[in-house]
Amino acid sequence: MKKMTVWARISAVLVIACVAMLWLFPMWRIDLAASQYPEGISMQIWINDIKGDVDIINGLNHYIGMRTIHKADFREFVYLPIALAGIGIMGLVTLLWNRRSGYYIWTACFLVLAFVSMYDFWKWEYDYGHNLNPEAPIKVPGMAYQPPLIGYKKMLNFHALSQPDIGGWFFIAAGIILVGTCLYEWKRSKKKLA
Amino acid sequence: MNCYKILLLGISAAAAFSGCKMKTTETAVSGDAASKVYVAPGKYDEFYNFVSGGFSGQVSVYGLPSGRLLRVIPAFSQNPENGYGYNEETKPMLQTSQGFIPWDDQHHLALSQTNGEHDGRWIFANANNTPRVARIDLKTFKTTEILELPNSGGNHSSPFITENTEYVIAGTRFAVPIADKEAAINNESFKANFKSTVSFIGVNQQTGQMGVSFQVILPGMDLDLSRAGKGPSHGWFFFSTYNTEQASTLLEVNASQKDKDFIVAVNWKKAEEYIKAGKGTKMATQYYRNTYNEETHSATSELLKEVLTLDPTVIKDFVYMIPCPKSPHGCDVDPTGEYIVGSGKLAALIPVFSFQKFTQAIQNKTFEGDYYGIPVIKYEAALHGEVQKPGLGPLHTEFDGKGNAYTSMFLSSEIVKWNIKDLKVLDRVPTYYSIGHLMVPGGDTKKPYGKYVVAYNKITKDRYLPTGPELSQSAQLYSIEGDKMQLLLDYPTIGEPHYAQAIAADKIKNQSVKFFDINKNKHPFVALGEKNTKVVRSGNRVDVYMTAIRSHLTPDNIEGVELGDEVYFHVTNLEQDWDIPHGFAIKHADNAELLVMPGETNTLKFVPKKAGVYPFYCTDFCSALHQEMQGYLRVSPKGAGVPLKWRTGEPEAKTEK
Repeated sequence: MKKMTVWARISAVLVIACVAMLWLFPMWRIDLAASQYPEGISMQIWINDIKGDVDIINGLNHYIGMRTIHKADFREFVYLPIALAGIGIMGLVTLLWNRRSGYYIWTACFLVLAFVSMYDFWKWEYDYGHNLNPEAPIKVPGMAYQPPLIGYKKMLNFHALSQPDIGGWFFIAAGIILVGTCLYEWKRSKKKLA
Repeated sequence: MNCYKILLLGISAAAAFSGCKMKTTETAVSGDAASKVYVAPGKYDEFYNFVSGGFSGQVSVYGLPSGRLLRVIPAFSQNPENGYGYNEETKPMLQTSQGFIPWDDQHHLALSQTNGEHDGRWIFANANNTPRVARIDLKTFKTTEILELPNSGGNHSSPFITENTEYVIAGTRFAVPIADKEAAINNESFKANFKSTVSFIGVNQQTGQMGVSFQVILPGMDLDLSRAGKGPSHGWFFFSTYNTEQASTLLEVNASQKDKDFIVAVNWKKAEEYIKAGKGTKMATQYYRNTYNEETHSATSELLKEVLTLDPTVIKDFVYMIPCPKSPHGCDVDPTGEYIVGSGKLAALIPVFSFQKFTQAIQNKTFEGDYYGIPVIKYEAALHGEVQKPGLGPLHTEFDGKGNAYTSMFLSSEIVKWNIKDLKVLDRVPTYYSIGHLMVPGGDTKKPYGKYVVAYNKITKDRYLPTGPELSQSAQLYSIEGDKMQLLLDYPTIGEPHYAQAIAADKIKNQSVKFFDINKNKHPFVALGEKNTKVVRSGNRVDVYMTAIRSHLTPDNIEGVELGDEVYFHVTNLEQDWDIPHGFAIKHADNAELLVMPGETNTLKFVPKKAGVYPFYCTDFCSALHQEMQGYLRVSPKGAGVPLKWRTGEPEAKTEK
């Protein structure tokens, strides 16, 4: 069993700190802009909540027949904090166990959670954007209103911009640290073998 | 040939001579005026300019320097545009001791002050006809309180204000018999029975609530304008007077006989002491205070039944008279608080009094006599000096904070700039035409912003495209940054502007309310959500608890109303976003429509006069489907027995349980 390097041990602490930031900052934000809304409309997604101008967005979306967005509809807001806390605990265990393979497993779990979360987010967006009330006042043939997973998109008179918020950037940083450290550890282990 | 030459010479000489023309108004605007008032699209003005609406009874808000009309705030007149004074919530605002009075003549404005500077809390407005003072909240730009004034014959000398908003003043323009009495109208009766009152309206510093703290009962004369002292003269109030001749008829002649009228100086700190010492006399009378509540979105009226009075002919040493030439109008205190400028409408000079000299004169008892037992200071003893030949018809003076004064001249239609210390005239500019009041932003405070002076004019004649016999009044904006005043802008106004106030935009704009929190709506007939909409009958009264949200009214089909019913539409705007009002109008409504702000509830009373189906709809273009925001009320003949039912969208209508 190979022990972790000093850097790997430091990186584990950093990753745990980055993940903890998700309790302090929103992970994702969607900004909307239209000529009538020079001040902008914004929605922040937290690991356990959805904040910002949700009521205004719901009010606008009823024209196109989009379902209204309610915090209670998302079971993710219960599971996600648990899963993230699990990642944090795994990090502590990895740190104590101090085995390189532990670090690899931890990174794999982290990446699985990240991809599952993004897929889930995309699915919700698809669902909201496509399952529209057939009796909606405004129907534009062929038009769906799925916001971009990440990046910019124009939908009718609205510009939408979807991107990580502060918490999300910490999460991304955590991923980069994890993957980078894995590569570093793996290369080191190769060198030692050679 | 020579004859022709001489003739040609003569003609060309005549042509050259007739080439000299009178100076026209076009030549008055010069250089870069346009760029100084250009506020680019999307940019904000530098000042909020609150302008009295005169006979419109309202207060208008302009931006400076652009002169753009931002808003008209209904104060003393009903306003069908948004239902003020028509809807059930605001009808009580216009309640008086003689019933519902839905109009007035609004002359002067005073922004609230702290330490002699505008603080952006409230603006006070007077009603000249039925004596009242309104308080407008500068967070919502709504009239939130109206206080009626007893023992007043027309509230002209108002609502001038002390440097910490301790008091808002209300002095009567007409002397009248007080305590709701009547009397014969002749000169003897005037002297014996007619009195002038000055009300000191105390202001609650937290809530803004107004109340008449005490009234000073002066001998009969007409109070015109007034100003509070500031700095060293804080604690005093100064009033200009006319008709100290005490005539009741043909005042044009009879009130212009005396060489000098008075500036009345009231030591209100001393008056407070007398009141504290119990020297005030309680007088029974009746007057109303109407208060608008931001949580119930409704006004209530309260009948008040007494005032405390002080009679300076009996209680001594707190009121003095300073002689002032020829029916003074303006009575203005400079930013240092040391100089008091009287503007005699018919005088050929402007007297400037010194507060220091005035108090010395009191100490040394340099009196020239008394007026009904009130000491009259010797004119020269209080005089700092006179501005000689300033122009014709001086009315009102404001200050730039750099030692200069600006006086409006009604007859010679000009603004005259002069130096307070040496009393020399420095500059004059024409106004178009017949200026009344003028206003320097902050010009009545300890720290004027300077920069501009605005002229408010009575006559416009040829200034704008003609619109038949009835023309607008006007305002002109001048730069006062240089040595010479420069005309920048000329724009029409609503109503007839008298006095105005201006405050730096920064002091107000960030506190402006965007919408009302619906969770704090405590209106007794609010429908918090569409689920709570209903129609309730009790006797012949039908209450409709209605909601409005883009883009439907709930309920929008109502049946079961009968002829003889009184229907109350209580419309709650469920929106919680900026600038999404909804309107409500029903065919043949004989009062007005409603304009309901987000989170607010307004009530329209509707009494149908014929059986039929009455369409109703939203009047404010709220959204893409605004036009679809409509519905029907069915009114059946009396005794038709149609059950009460209502719906929006559902196949089955709801009925009363």
